[in-house]
Amino acid sequence: MSTDEEYEEDELQALSETEGECEDGVLQFSDSLTGEVKPRILLMGLRRSGKSSIQKVVFHKMSPNETLFLESTNKICREDVSSSSFISFQIWDFPGQIDFFDPTFDYEIIFRGTGALIFVIDSQDDYVEALSRLHLTVTRAYTVNPDINFEVFIHKVDGLSDEHKIEKQRDIHKRANDDLNDAGLERIVLSFYLTSIYDHSIFEAFSKVAQKLIPQLPTLENLLNIFISNSGVEKAFLFDVVSKIYIATDSSPVDMQTYELSCDMIDVVMDISSIYGLANSEAALPYDKESTAIIHLNNSTVMYLREVTKFLAMVCFLPKDSFGRKGLIDYNFHCFRKAIEEVFDVRVKVQQNRKLLGQRRWSKLTAANTR
Amino acid sequence: NQSSSVLLMGKSGSGKTSMRSIIFANYIARDTRRLGATIDVEHSHVRFLGNLVLNLWDCGGQDTFMENYFTSQRDNIFRNVEVLIYVFDVESRELEKDMHYYQSCLEAILQNSPDAKVFCLVHKMDLVQEDQRDLIFKEREEDLKRLSRPLSCTCFRTSIWDETLYKAWSSIVYQLIPNVQQLETNLRNFAQIIEADEVLLFERATFLVISHYQCKEQRDAHRFEKISNIIKQFKLSCSKLAASFQSMEVRNSNFAAFIDVFTSNTYVMVIMSDPSIPSAATLINIRNARKHFEKLERVDGPKHSLHMRMR
Repeated sequence: MSTDEEYEEDELQALSETEGECEDGVLQFSDSLTGEVKPRILLMGLRRSGKSSIQKVVFHKMSPNETLFLESTNKICREDVSSSSFISFQIWDFPGQIDFFDPTFDYEIIFRGTGALIFVIDSQDDYVEALSRLHLTVTRAYTVNPDINFEVFIHKVDGLSDEHKIEKQRDIHKRANDDLNDAGLERIVLSFYLTSIYDHSIFEAFSKVAQKLIPQLPTLENLLNIFISNSGVEKAFLFDVVSKIYIATDSSPVDMQTYELSCDMIDVVMDISSIYGLANSEAALPYDKESTAIIHLNNSTVMYLREVTKFLAMVCFLPKDSFGRKGLIDYNFHCFRKAIEEVFDVRVKVQQNRKLLGQRRWSKLTAANTR
Repeated sequence: NQSSSVLLMGKSGSGKTSMRSIIFANYIARDTRRLGATIDVEHSHVRFLGNLVLNLWDCGGQDTFMENYFTSQRDNIFRNVEVLIYVFDVESRELEKDMHYYQSCLEAILQNSPDAKVFCLVHKMDLVQEDQRDLIFKEREEDLKRLSRPLSCTCFRTSIWDETLYKAWSSIVYQLIPNVQQLETNLRNFAQIIEADEVLLFERATFLVISHYQCKEQRDAHRFEKISNIIKQFKLSCSKLAASFQSMEVRNSNFAAFIDVFTSNTYVMVIMSDPSIPSAATLINIRNARKHFEKLERVDGPKHSLHMRMR
């Protein structure tokens, strides 16, 4: 992702960004004003496999039942979720019937700037065609950009029994890898996830995909570890509140149910704040700097939510006794929050430096050419 | 000791079981798809408002069964009825038949429990186009009110997919509470003392809002149903982890909300818009008020146990 050539190319393009839903084949790049390169997540897969529904449910808080009314996507829809979400990704939703050999689209440019390619397979349907498409897509993308993370969502598994799910995953995994081996491309690594928009599995899968693309992840994990060990906290997540994707957690193992309960807590907080917590002004937001929530469960566990940045919240689980020392926890949290701010400040500074470097090189080049 | 009955009746397939599951057994709307048609007399207990016990009888409503049960058990079923809740499927193609059954029930009520309150739920409104809903409901309401004379009936339009179901049941329950006026007076005093913007009282099992006080105009007229749903959803999530929540505090720079156990049958929600008041102060106030309200509840004592039958 971070090659100098790529930065130069972005400067050459220098297209300003438009917020918008569907682009008609005109490929937009990063905003040359802020200099932030936003990695791309591509959602690909056959027609009706569930790509648009996934995007709507994860990033637009659409209820899964409402997705039944979504129409077929017939253009590439590029969604920039960075304004409302921490995740500064572009989600490209491709129509299922896209043709790689169509000269209108320059796939090289698309794949070049891509961080992760999610291929969605409808597990309730016959997936032979899906597998061959997966193979074609992956091999093409790999030749352009070998650094892409290839993620396969085995989707719509809500109707299947656990045994059935594992069986499907095993089968798809085997076939996909066999195809790659036959083509001599064993080095391509595919990750598989069982997903459904009707439960939390899609959020969990997206969390993992997003985490692989965040360069600061080890630092964030480290900070969380330090926080929990000094505060008597058992588990802590750093959530993006809009999408309910967690971008980091401490090193202790993640229990799906704990994750789900955290998502539900965020829902409760957002919903109640939207009813009672809006100031009288028009531009009021339910989630602000002082957003906090405490939930006491009957099993002596306390759930504690604190705002970290305008997109991020920390949700942690601690025993009731630890919560007795709330003052200490709040102080530690204060330090943690400051550290997070610094981590992200560094990122912005690095981006700006790179941009300056790129500009200098460019002006040297043009100066050299004119001589 | 004569026990009072709440009857939940309606034609087969009108949605009674789903409704009951959602209000009392904590199923969310989506899960009720898995409930099959009730084909036998089903009986279950639900504790309600502590000193009330609802015995739910679900007889399925399959026609022949219904006819038999009706005639042979009629007096038994319709004696000591305090409330009749009748469910109509808005999409029903047998309107005449529906009305016929309804009228039979009303006759039985008139004979056996003439003081009963009658509620009609025009259900499955989500299946009607949005711009038609008001019109269709008004039509039905007029017909039902006319047919019900000399009894008076209160009509609600409901759907399990939005807050209307809750609103209807909240209203019904509100009328079942014996000392509701006194409760409201006390709630008002409490709210004023602690300088709260709003105080809601929920029934513990169903989270229906049974009483409230507000001192300031609130922007969202549907907030009771929304809050009930929000908390119920969260309760449901907790139950998946074999846990339940005891209390909650949510705040931002504009408000602080406290949800806590209040009396043995109720939960309270207190909204404060002065965020400078420390949580501890409000929590202590709630704790002290608790004792007072518990005394209130005990004074009235177990008035009646409600038996609820569904047909």
